[in-house]
Amino acid sequence: MSSAREVAAAVRSGDRSARQVTEEALAAVAAGDGEVHAFVEVLGDEALARADAVDAAIAAGQDPGPLAGVPVALKDNLCTRGIPTTCGSRILEGWRPPYDATVVELLRGAGAIALGKTNMDEFAMGSSTENSAFGPTRNPHCLERVPGGSSGGSAAAVAAGFVPLGLGSDTGGSIRQPAALCGVVGMKPTYGRVSRYGLVAFASSLDQIGPFARNVEDAALLFDVLARHDPRDTTSLRHRAPPTLDTVEAGVDGVRVGVCPDLIEGCAPDVAARVYEAAEALHAAGAQVEEIKVPEFAYGLSAYYLIAPAEASSNLARYDGVRYGLRVDADDAAAMNTATRTAGFGAEVKRRIMLGTYALSAGYYDAYYAQAQRVRTMVVEAFGRAYASVDVLLGATAPTTAFALGDKVDDPMAMYMNDICTIPSNLAGHPAVSVPFGAGADGLPVGVQVLAPPLEEALLFRVARAVEAGAPQAAWSA
Amino acid sequence: MSADAEWETVIGLEVHCELATQTKLFCGCPNAFGDDPNTNVCPVCLGLPGSLPVINAQAVELAMRIGTALHCEIRPSSFARKNYFYPDQAKDYQISQYDEPINANGSLPLPDGTVIGVTRAHLEEDTGKLTHVGAGGRISSAHHALVDYNRSGVPLVEIVSEPDIRSAAQARAYASELRGILVATGASDGRMEEGSMRIDANVSVRPVGAGEFGTRCEIKNLNSLRSLGRAIEYEVARQIALIDAGEAVRQETRHWDEAAGRTESMRSKEEANDYRYFPEPDLVPLVPDAAWQGRVAAALGPMPADRRAELRQALGGSPSEAEVDQIRAVVDLGLDSLVLAAVTAGAPAALALARASNEVAAEGEAGLALPAESFAALLVHEGSGVLSATQSKAVLHELVERGGGDPAALAKEMGFEALGADSLAAVVAEVIAASPDEWTRYVEGDEKVSGVFVGAVMKATKGQANGKEVVAELQRLRG
Repeated sequence: MSSAREVAAAVRSGDRSARQVTEEALAAVAAGDGEVHAFVEVLGDEALARADAVDAAIAAGQDPGPLAGVPVALKDNLCTRGIPTTCGSRILEGWRPPYDATVVELLRGAGAIALGKTNMDEFAMGSSTENSAFGPTRNPHCLERVPGGSSGGSAAAVAAGFVPLGLGSDTGGSIRQPAALCGVVGMKPTYGRVSRYGLVAFASSLDQIGPFARNVEDAALLFDVLARHDPRDTTSLRHRAPPTLDTVEAGVDGVRVGVCPDLIEGCAPDVAARVYEAAEALHAAGAQVEEIKVPEFAYGLSAYYLIAPAEASSNLARYDGVRYGLRVDADDAAAMNTATRTAGFGAEVKRRIMLGTYALSAGYYDAYYAQAQRVRTMVVEAFGRAYASVDVLLGATAPTTAFALGDKVDDPMAMYMNDICTIPSNLAGHPAVSVPFGAGADGLPVGVQVLAPPLEEALLFRVARAVEAGAPQAAWSA
Repeated sequence: MSADAEWETVIGLEVHCELATQTKLFCGCPNAFGDDPNTNVCPVCLGLPGSLPVINAQAVELAMRIGTALHCEIRPSSFARKNYFYPDQAKDYQISQYDEPINANGSLPLPDGTVIGVTRAHLEEDTGKLTHVGAGGRISSAHHALVDYNRSGVPLVEIVSEPDIRSAAQARAYASELRGILVATGASDGRMEEGSMRIDANVSVRPVGAGEFGTRCEIKNLNSLRSLGRAIEYEVARQIALIDAGEAVRQETRHWDEAAGRTESMRSKEEANDYRYFPEPDLVPLVPDAAWQGRVAAALGPMPADRRAELRQALGGSPSEAEVDQIRAVVDLGLDSLVLAAVTAGAPAALALARASNEVAAEGEAGLALPAESFAALLVHEGSGVLSATQSKAVLHELVERGGGDPAALAKEMGFEALGADSLAAVVAEVIAASPDEWTRYVEGDEKVSGVFVGAVMKATKGQANGKEVVAELQRLRG
């Protein structure tokens, strides 16, 4: 199973053709995805045509870019021109966007091959990829378990070895949590680092696109391709991101690591134990490790479950049957809207639309939405105080290893608790990454989370690489 | 208490002005009126999933011009989402400025000196346009509806007045003055018939002397100044009649039916939407820096009030009532520079004003294209008596038709040779010789007969003679 860097190097040097790499990936998907169901759409002909274009460029003496010939899995909330983009929802079934997301253009510009669109919780609302209208994705390490979510398809595609790289989106942990449960690296950049143009919105002030990879270096490589200013997204940062790949091996000597019990103590003992071992590994690698409490993180989950649904209730209003996607006809426009949305949205999406609509309603706005925004500010300030004494924070990514399919589908609160460790970074717009670190009592992957201040992705990857280097070899990673 | 004199009308106006930008507010689609349906659209103004808005700098600049002209504070501002479902609303929310408008606390002085407060003038996007197909054309009876999203995302500035307006006439004066300002700033073409300027009126009545406002109704669908005036008059009478009958005015939105000449209830306060405003997360705050504001203020030309003052000055400072009306018309039509150029070139000011407000105005669009130097030269000729009023008007029309030219040469071409004093005397002598009886009566003091001679001279000279000069010659010959 080659890394993205190895694939790109082999393709650029002519040792392997992009077509050969792509055919192998397609064959792996054909052989293995029947049981995993990572993909909702496999781009056979399109991917091979792209691969041929990459090979032609190389034959002509051109450099197709740092991801030459590397197959990439795209979460199905990233718009792909002429290719169905469903967000895991019946309401968008059959919709073909007339344009590519900025990240899709950047991938193509770097020589990558979009291999397919991956399964997800409907509109990215969920932590298990069971909320997909097209059936659940299964964890490649144990098919009875969930891969996490909402970017479970991309995480599973990378973990199963179908592709070296994947793209997900992270609104409350939707990259990092499935990365942890699938034993891969998953990273959420600083808000604004990666353009959201063409990412179908869930909660606009929280959404951020980021990479999945099987190792930290590959994640850094992909991040460097994506971190570009985009004039089509006014929240895109003008500030040029320094390359992170160059410094990923620079080590953690002298780096101050704050082990945060508020991101550990609520987790299962086997998960908590792995986090403390990761802290030990960092200490052994030269980092200054100390404990730092950030009790305000405890309020993040409540604030998130008001802000994200509020924005979602507005973002998802456009699925009304008028212009695209599903339409269920009725006597008048309002009845058609209702019939379409009733048939097109799943239960979790409806729940969040109602929650968000309520939180924004006259008479409730101050008590819910406005109050949640004040908590959000409080979390940002708490991060600021923590980073006055440490350079990065260390915690768990998810409270447990992968849970069984069906375990939490009837208990929304239990499902929401999966995001408790990942949400603070979304509220603050800070970067964070989940790195595999050994296994839990059930032998399944555990993810350790590194959190860094805004724009500090280079430092984040350095620390993540040190965690990775200190991680025990696990059976599933062989 | 039923006499109107015992009631005071209270009106606040909300004016939506379409900005004359090249492109839409949040995307690069052309901002154009009258194109084929759904040809000026893209993922952003269609609200396609994944699309994001990017603010148009030209729209911000035009909004700041409006704010500057209305003496507003220009402030750091932000956008919000106004959420409601409607098929002409591509995203099912409208991006609008809510609690932080770009312009606030302004004022608009009317020509009569009354100052109307301007609460705010904020940026927002327009919706698409629905056409109901089927019986009646009304939404309730239509079989289906077609949506044209060409207008979706067109930039608007909504100008909200304080409830300072006290009559239908004053409302019309406010709307008319505001229209002049919007055109003068270059922010809008001011074409109400194309929907470039749309007005909603909040109307209430209260007993004269009352401190509190009455219950107001919002009237929509006012597409002309005439509709505005008629609708307010109707609504005031309706509200007074209700109160006189012992009933209460209900707070509601009412639709003006121009054909029927009445307002009709659309929805009551209880049925009103809860718009669930919240900050638009896809747009960063809009903070125009001081330098930009300074450039906008410096580049702003004179407003209608300034231009009327300049014309009054040119007329010697105390125009007649008729001239005040002419001044207003000339400024509204944008013909004031034509008048001033003529005056500067030596034409009589009153004559230039009269010709501009009547004959040039009657030419419509073509009149606006008349070169100032042609107009000025013509009026200098007329003023000095070289051309008669009749001839001058004929030459003016021809100048407009041709888009300008040398009026002296044109007059010659049209056969309007100026008559010298000698040839006039010769013509008068011929006319007298042809009518000896009338001449005798004139000599004996019958002044009315002079008209016969003037008419005959005019006929003989094809209108080239000056009537006053003919009479002077007749009187000289009579002795």
